[in-house]
Amino acid sequence: MNRASGMHAGDHYFVPEPSKYPIVGSVALLLFGSGAALWLNAVPAGRWMFFLGIATLIFMMFGWFGQVVRESQGGRYGRRVDKSFRWSMGWFIFSEVMFFAAFFGALFYARVLSVPWLSSGDNAALLWNGFSGAWPTAGPYAADPFTPMAAWGIPAINTLILLTSGVTLTFAHYGLLNGKRGQLKLGLAVTILLGAIFLALQAYEYIHAYEALNLRLESGIYGSTFYLLTGFHGMHVTVGAIMLTVMLFRTFAGHFSPEHHFGFEAAAWYWHFVDVVWLLLFVVVYWL
Amino acid sequence: MAAVTPDQLHGHHAPRGVMRWLTTTNHKDIGTMYMIFSFIMFLSGGVLALTIRAELFKPGLQVVQPEFFNQLTTMHGLIMVFGAIMPAFVGFANWMIPLMIGASDMAFARMNNWSFWLLPPAAILLIGSFFAPGGATAAGWTLYAPLSVQMGMGMDLAIFAIHIMGVSSIMGAINIVVTVLNMRAPGMTMMKMPLFCWTWLITAYLLIAVMPVLAGAVTMILADRHFGTSFFNAAGGGDPVMYQHIFWFFGHPEVYIMILPAFGIVSQIIPTFSRKPLFGYASMVYATASIAILSFAVWAHHMFATGMPAAGQLFFMYATMLIAVPTGVKVFNWIATMWRGSLSFEPPMLWATGFIFVFTMGGFTGLICAIAPIDIQVQDTYYVVAHFHYVLVAGSLFALFAGAYYWLPKWTGHMPSEFLGKLHFWCSLVFFNITFFPMHFLGLAGMPRRIPDYALQFADFNALASVGAFGFGLSQLIFIVVVVKCIRGGERAAARSWESAEGLEWTVPSPAPYHTFEEAPVVR
Repeated sequence: MNRASGMHAGDHYFVPEPSKYPIVGSVALLLFGSGAALWLNAVPAGRWMFFLGIATLIFMMFGWFGQVVRESQGGRYGRRVDKSFRWSMGWFIFSEVMFFAAFFGALFYARVLSVPWLSSGDNAALLWNGFSGAWPTAGPYAADPFTPMAAWGIPAINTLILLTSGVTLTFAHYGLLNGKRGQLKLGLAVTILLGAIFLALQAYEYIHAYEALNLRLESGIYGSTFYLLTGFHGMHVTVGAIMLTVMLFRTFAGHFSPEHHFGFEAAAWYWHFVDVVWLLLFVVVYWL
Repeated sequence: MAAVTPDQLHGHHAPRGVMRWLTTTNHKDIGTMYMIFSFIMFLSGGVLALTIRAELFKPGLQVVQPEFFNQLTTMHGLIMVFGAIMPAFVGFANWMIPLMIGASDMAFARMNNWSFWLLPPAAILLIGSFFAPGGATAAGWTLYAPLSVQMGMGMDLAIFAIHIMGVSSIMGAINIVVTVLNMRAPGMTMMKMPLFCWTWLITAYLLIAVMPVLAGAVTMILADRHFGTSFFNAAGGGDPVMYQHIFWFFGHPEVYIMILPAFGIVSQIIPTFSRKPLFGYASMVYATASIAILSFAVWAHHMFATGMPAAGQLFFMYATMLIAVPTGVKVFNWIATMWRGSLSFEPPMLWATGFIFVFTMGGFTGLICAIAPIDIQVQDTYYVVAHFHYVLVAGSLFALFAGAYYWLPKWTGHMPSEFLGKLHFWCSLVFFNITFFPMHFLGLAGMPRRIPDYALQFADFNALASVGAFGFGLSQLIFIVVVVKCIRGGERAAARSWESAEGLEWTVPSPAPYHTFEEAPVVR
């Protein structure tokens, strides 16, 4: 029940009626978590629980976000709700930054502290004799040699692609602000396309790494940090691209006005965030 | 609680029965569920603790096997930290922050529901892991590598439980930050907010900053366990100590996550029963913020025995001791608030003053542990166990009880039994100290933590601690009686249930109606 109905928008803060979606999402994550744990321990039912959990989660998101879009289009969100959304998206992105910080921290710790310690002092003299500690390394007990990923091939092209996508997205945003719907659609579509090319190149790079470079998850600390950092980044690009695709569909459906388009902006903020993470990745994972 | 019904403003289509609780978007319903959940978890974690104390009642193995004993200590810690203390404070935040700042509800009411309803699935995974092959994780609540890399399915279940609880905490924290920043009534400036809102704002910031780091840490464990990575494996160039750094980067702010809202609750109660405004409000805000900022620069004081370079030990030692300054400001301000006040000792005040006294003892042992050369001696002994139970039980838990007795009239419409409240307090205080004070001596004498058996010279103090623990556990049943009596009837509470209680929450009737402050009050 919308207790703001009949009032001027903005006078009352919108409080949604009871909703079944959260509990559906909880069941989804229960299936997802327990399924993953079972699957990893070779219990056959685990895989199906895992995928059922994901399917339930997708169903929940469709329903929940769809309802939010309808409420927004129905004019039920006043100025203060808009402000709440802005605050929350900012804090959510901050939490994502801290998630990546854990993995960047692990990379920093390995490169600056633990690998040099392994290759110096008593460790070098008594334990890991002959381990040079030069980065990149798979560690002192590496059985399988690998070739590190070069920065100035696909990764540099990918950097260019993501930077360009930031520009095209801003181009789309200006189109939205100035009421030029064609510019908005074109900018969004090009951004999504660039994101897709980026992901395709990343996938190609992974195959190349496994097949030609023998660079694997098992390649010691270099392989660990390389794959988890780029992998989580790739997952975030995927999520960002999905968000932008939803925004493109909403644009075709006639949503968003120059004054009222928080959904678009949230997706754009998120996209710029994955962009910045990539720049850091490019410098400390690929280049240096 | 029971006196609150959803029909007062909802139409006929408002869900009833169990669906009301599954689908609710009301901050009071959700706050109530958080508190009931956390109390159930508190009892579950307590049963594990009592099993531990039963085993330790005398030397030798009599109740459980060593493998299971390790599962008990691990799960006791995880359940109490993530299942009992943290959700209880979120429950208080849900109930009280909108009432305190004059908001109609939390900023994101639907997401609020999800934040709560993610906790039962996480609890199912965590407690269910006891029944997995190999049992629950036994790596200690800190889940240190390489132990956590080696365990069975129980460890995976715990990892996913932590992921789900992390999602819940982050959403809950974002909700609280946005509510405090954006939902305040006209005239409720930041520096007029009740201190409980301030402490929760800062706590929520800490949660958003460090829960993702914990998620990263357990994800790395998961990858090391199943996907062949070498984050915590020296042969692959990783380092088990790296896990400790990442974990404690989360873990130290986490201990402030569990104590800052307690500071907030106590800062509401002390002025009411001293009949004086809080001494040094602004300095309380700044002290809270200082503690939060410093908490990011002290984590390695948990790791003095890992062979850290001396420069690192010195830095983390001094940074840690610096935290005593803002904490001292707080204790000083509470005492200065009571100074020459017109004091009375109803149950909330008893718990709050008890908190100050016993928590401060935990603070002092914290300072002692902060000194690297001493900590290297007492690391992983019962001295540390005594220290953190003084701050977590006598700190967080006592403040939670103080807050519960303080706001029960607002939640139920009835005054809690003063006699039972006092009985609960004195039993808890006495038995708490019987349980945990001897642990200081045990630790200084060299008894290590997390062992099911011990040398004969530790027998007397252990027997004493076990008797105290059972007394403490049984004392908590008094609280159930108090709450049930309060819900079912008793002396009716006025809107301003305590004589000189200040704040917007005391301007609405008791029990608080299902919807409050739909018209924002104006604060002058």
